[in-house]
Amino acid sequence: MSDGPILEVRDLRVELPLSRGTVHAVDGASISVAPGQAFGLVGESGCGKSMTLRAIMGLLPRPGHIVGGEVLFEGEDLVTASPGRLRQIRGGSIAMIFQEPMTALNPVMRVGDQIAEAPQVHLGLSRTSARERALDLMRRVGIPDPVRRARAYPHELSGGLRQRIMIAIALSCDPKLILCDEPTTALDVTIQDQILKLLLNLRREFGVSVVFVTHDLAVVAETCEQLAVMYAGQIVETGSVDEVFRAPRHPYTLGLLRSVPDFDSVQDSLASIQGAPPDLVMPPPGCRFHPRCPFAQEDCISGEFPLRPLSAGRATACIHPDAPAADVERMPVVADV
Amino acid sequence: MDLPAYVARRLLQMVPVAVGVTILVFFMIHLVPGDPARTMLGTHATPQRVALLHKEWGLDKSLPVQYERFMSRLVHGDLGDSLFYRVPARQLIVDRLPVTLWLIIYGTGLSILIALPLAAVAASRRDAVRDQVVRVVPLVGLGFPSFWVGIMLLLAFALNSGRFFPVGGYGHGFSGHLRAMFLPALTVAIAIAPILIRSLRASLLNVLESDYITTARAKGLPERHVLVRHALRNAVISTVAVLGVNIGYLVGGTLVIEQVYALPGVGQLMINSIFQRDFPVVQGVTLVFAILVVLVYLITDIVHSLLDPRVRFE
Repeated sequence: MSDGPILEVRDLRVELPLSRGTVHAVDGASISVAPGQAFGLVGESGCGKSMTLRAIMGLLPRPGHIVGGEVLFEGEDLVTASPGRLRQIRGGSIAMIFQEPMTALNPVMRVGDQIAEAPQVHLGLSRTSARERALDLMRRVGIPDPVRRARAYPHELSGGLRQRIMIAIALSCDPKLILCDEPTTALDVTIQDQILKLLLNLRREFGVSVVFVTHDLAVVAETCEQLAVMYAGQIVETGSVDEVFRAPRHPYTLGLLRSVPDFDSVQDSLASIQGAPPDLVMPPPGCRFHPRCPFAQEDCISGEFPLRPLSAGRATACIHPDAPAADVERMPVVADV
Repeated sequence: MDLPAYVARRLLQMVPVAVGVTILVFFMIHLVPGDPARTMLGTHATPQRVALLHKEWGLDKSLPVQYERFMSRLVHGDLGDSLFYRVPARQLIVDRLPVTLWLIIYGTGLSILIALPLAAVAASRRDAVRDQVVRVVPLVGLGFPSFWVGIMLLLAFALNSGRFFPVGGYGHGFSGHLRAMFLPALTVAIAIAPILIRSLRASLLNVLESDYITTARAKGLPERHVLVRHALRNAVISTVAVLGVNIGYLVGGTLVIEQVYALPGVGQLMINSIFQRDFPVVQGVTLVFAILVVLVYLITDIVHSLLDPRVRFE
């Protein structure tokens, strides 16, 4: 499977039956991640990007569940895989890093033991050699004085160190793919930068593929090669980071790019996208973005809006991709990525 | 603050509590109608003989003077002599204390043994049949009073067809105690376990939704491992406090259970002494109960701190 994508999500559908109705959290999302690639999944809060990530791992929060689609990891469908097989893959071949390292670490377990757990299960290491491995991993993710820190509890460490522990946990069984759910959102800006650089270095060193889920376009610009933009449970645009940032072909992507403040942008004032994301119990008909879209036309308010290929590796769900393109012509978004 | 200093401070705090208890008990028992001298001498006693006994026991003095005498003996570890047994009250209590401690510790142990697996089984599949069963059945135990449960257990397992356990008594030696005290301890457990199960199930369900459980699952750990090593340890922390309160409550509740099973414990001594108006013994037992309750809370706090590294001693 070395040629094909390491991860391919096809037409994934996730629903959460709540008392007020069924939330269509992910509604036909498809992404494809090549081996060794860094892939960004971008969108606002509640657009379904974290749900997509959780669904890949089979770890949807209650009462969410997958109602359709495939998650192919090295060609094997994880949606239909047995619980035992899923456990082998989780932590072994696919690892995950969460947004909030304080709550994602067990508060009453020493961090060294938390790192050593997975190698005991997946690599069959003894307790002692798993501990040795944990110390080694802590060194590699840049934790000073690992012998002392391994005996610490999460609350005794700083946010940055805690996230390094999470990264060490993720790396502990030499995974092929790491899923990062907003890995830097909960951290200070300076620490964010350190953690991103660390992830980039480790990616090169270990040769793993990484999927970043984030709302922070700066993170994507810094770390990813390929990206997918998600809106209201659907993927609305895909392509290389370079091309999408330079020439967005979906009004939502354009809006996101225009509303980034700390960016080498040529605009004078900060724009924001009008309106609020739709309720996913009853999403709007037609293009889900049309109520907020400045370029919306008659034909946007009904029908299906699947991704349409533009060129090699590029696709957009917008049926008027020239409109955002013309807008970028007038006023470029990014001076240089 | 480290653990020994914390324990020392908590034990010191016990002194004012104990003094307060002595005052309350001393004056309240004298409010209760009845006279130990008349109880002892019978209804046909002459006033002269009653007065003589009062003088002998020091009951002719005013209450504050009696209290002062009581306290000055107490600081020397002397609870006074029992009016009826004519031996030191301390001796009576010390002889019976092991039975009561056995009952409390054995009962607590059993209730934990019952509650832990049941709560884990219930929480592992929320709203499934096993969850519903675990939620409802223990409530039945909670609804029955201990004396009734005790009698039923005796009927079922000590009398009639199933004579597995003695009807009463404390037994001899460790294994003898273990066997003789099983039904009393089970009665205690039936009263406490339902509360523990409910508390533990609720906190387990809460913990199972937390991020670190998702992390544990994302590591590919077996579900049993996730439940026992990650969830249970965290869920137990909040249940320890609930258990502490209940053991504190149980210290007083041993009275009834010791009576049903004819256990020669402190609770039984207490009941007899109250009926006989044996003031020194009642005062002594109450003081011991108060100290036990405070100790239980102290132990609860220490256990809590051992389970949760985030707890600091203040």
